[in-house]
Amino acid sequence: MTGADLVHVEVSGLTMAYGGRVVQRDLDFTIGRGDIFVIMGGSGCGKSTLLRHLVGLQQPAAGDIRYSGASFLQGSPEQRASLLRRFGVMYQQGALWSSMTLAENVSLALEQYTTLSRAEIRELASLKLALVGLAGFEDYYPSEISGGMQKRAGLARAMALDPEILFFDEPSAGLDPISSRRLDELILELRESLGATIVIVTHELPSIFSIGTNGIFMDAERKTIIARGNPSRLLAECEDPKVREFLTRGEHR
Amino acid sequence: MSAAECLLEVEIAHDGALILHLRGDWTVDRALPASEPLRLAIAGARGVRFDDSALEAWDSLLIVFLRRVAALAHSHDVSVNTSGLPQGAQRLLALGSAVPEQPGARRDGGQQTALARLGSSVIAGVEGLRVLLAFIGEISLAVGRLGRGQARFRRADFLLILQQCGAQALPIVSLISFLVGMILAYVGAVQLKQFGAQIFVANLVGLGMAREMGAMMTAIIMAGRTGAAFAAQLGTMTVGEEIDALQTSGFSPMDFLVLPRMLALVLMVPLLCLYADLLGILGGAVVAITSFDISFSQYHDQTLAALELRQFGLGLLKAAVFGVLVAIAGCLRGMQCGRSAAAVGDAATSAVVTGIVWIIVADALLTILYDVLGW
Repeated sequence: MTGADLVHVEVSGLTMAYGGRVVQRDLDFTIGRGDIFVIMGGSGCGKSTLLRHLVGLQQPAAGDIRYSGASFLQGSPEQRASLLRRFGVMYQQGALWSSMTLAENVSLALEQYTTLSRAEIRELASLKLALVGLAGFEDYYPSEISGGMQKRAGLARAMALDPEILFFDEPSAGLDPISSRRLDELILELRESLGATIVIVTHELPSIFSIGTNGIFMDAERKTIIARGNPSRLLAECEDPKVREFLTRGEHR
Repeated sequence: MSAAECLLEVEIAHDGALILHLRGDWTVDRALPASEPLRLAIAGARGVRFDDSALEAWDSLLIVFLRRVAALAHSHDVSVNTSGLPQGAQRLLALGSAVPEQPGARRDGGQQTALARLGSSVIAGVEGLRVLLAFIGEISLAVGRLGRGQARFRRADFLLILQQCGAQALPIVSLISFLVGMILAYVGAVQLKQFGAQIFVANLVGLGMAREMGAMMTAIIMAGRTGAAFAAQLGTMTVGEEIDALQTSGFSPMDFLVLPRMLALVLMVPLLCLYADLLGILGGAVVAITSFDISFSQYHDQTLAALELRQFGLGLLKAAVFGVLVAIAGCLRGMQCGRSAAAVGDAATSAVVTGIVWIIVADALLTILYDVLGW
């Protein structure tokens, strides 16, 4: 692998704004291939907004985002679509399509983008649901299962096309500690076996330390990145009082 | 379009085990090898092994194939050795079977017999009727509380609803009722002209609008406009647990949400109806004057002679009844809404259909009643 191959996502000079109100400015960071990249920061600092920019749901006010060297913003619609096809996104509330069963939720992208037969698509959907521990729930509607199960089904849908990069928005919010840890283990397992890059927005400290291999810390006041690197190392080395306070839950000043 | 098949070579080792050589790409843009020959091969084997030395790219499709092989082997009591597979594939296979299927979770897609379907639709119908009666009962209790001054709802909400289903409905009510008056005049005048009695078109339009069409057209507009809006509002609130939150905060959703909506419609539909009556008569006058050689003063006098205040009263009574029905249909469907986005759409549609059916049925009953009473 050459050096360029090791970088999966490259963000340069990204400024995010709602109308005239700037949320974050001049963000520069790179996400390595196979990283579990944690976007940290207090509530309201623009973590989810950054995620929405990364997956193209919002347009930046300035700056560029490159995936494997290809610009996501300046490319043609076709290039953009082919990049999007290699993304998997898991939303905070699952965002499952409520009029479809779990199997249909997972199958939709497979039907659209592959030439597989119906039976094979069905088997693939069952496999994805089994991977997240939902074997046998193919014919349930999202409203018939619990919130934690909806999240896992959302993960199964995000994995439908074997994405190269998976985005998670607060994956463990609203889960009990054990389910939350299982989800962390699942994320680790998926990275190991699929070799995917993973980008997570979270403020669950246990998750941050147990799975994060790299990350950035954004601040709402200074409107930019104030620390970057492996979260465990940040905890040990970072001098910035805000970062320390966040990573220690404000208990050790 | 048929994709290239994944390359699979089957070898029988000297110890009787089956060796599956996976070659080339096993990705979702390919097709899996047929299952039937594989089943026969596995049925006679003494174990299954894999060889991935010539395997290039792979993704979930490979795992689907491996799960098929594992299932076939399991059903023929043949052991499977996965050590010849890529590390990642082995882990995914293990992960896929880590959480076993919960017994009873899977749904049998069995077809019901015609009799069973008939039975369940009758049961659903009876249940629907029971829910409706319970809802009407609760509304009656809420109206009782309102009469004793105990019902609680926000004045601001009530005024907003009044505005939404009153003033904001004026443009569409104007258009529809004016056009209905014109249509009545055309249909009637063409016939009456054959007897040289086209002046009686004023009676037809006046009586038709005042007793019937004003109330009915207004009510149908309100069912489509406001009934659907009520169902969507309350449905969205149900989905977002807002109604649960009202209940746990000690508010009755009936008082807080349903009463102001019903009151607003009971007040506004008759007012809109009166306005519709006048515009309909105006529409009829325009047709009579422009196309049938009747002067405005003739039309005016004839209308005054044909109509008594009583006719308007009968129409307004109908309008008030329709207002209650539209409000009940909208609120009922909204409160019954399921907890998904699709359910909100269903609730809105169902509110309109229910509202219109109730309006027409009630109109028929009231018309017969008026006739019996000689009104």
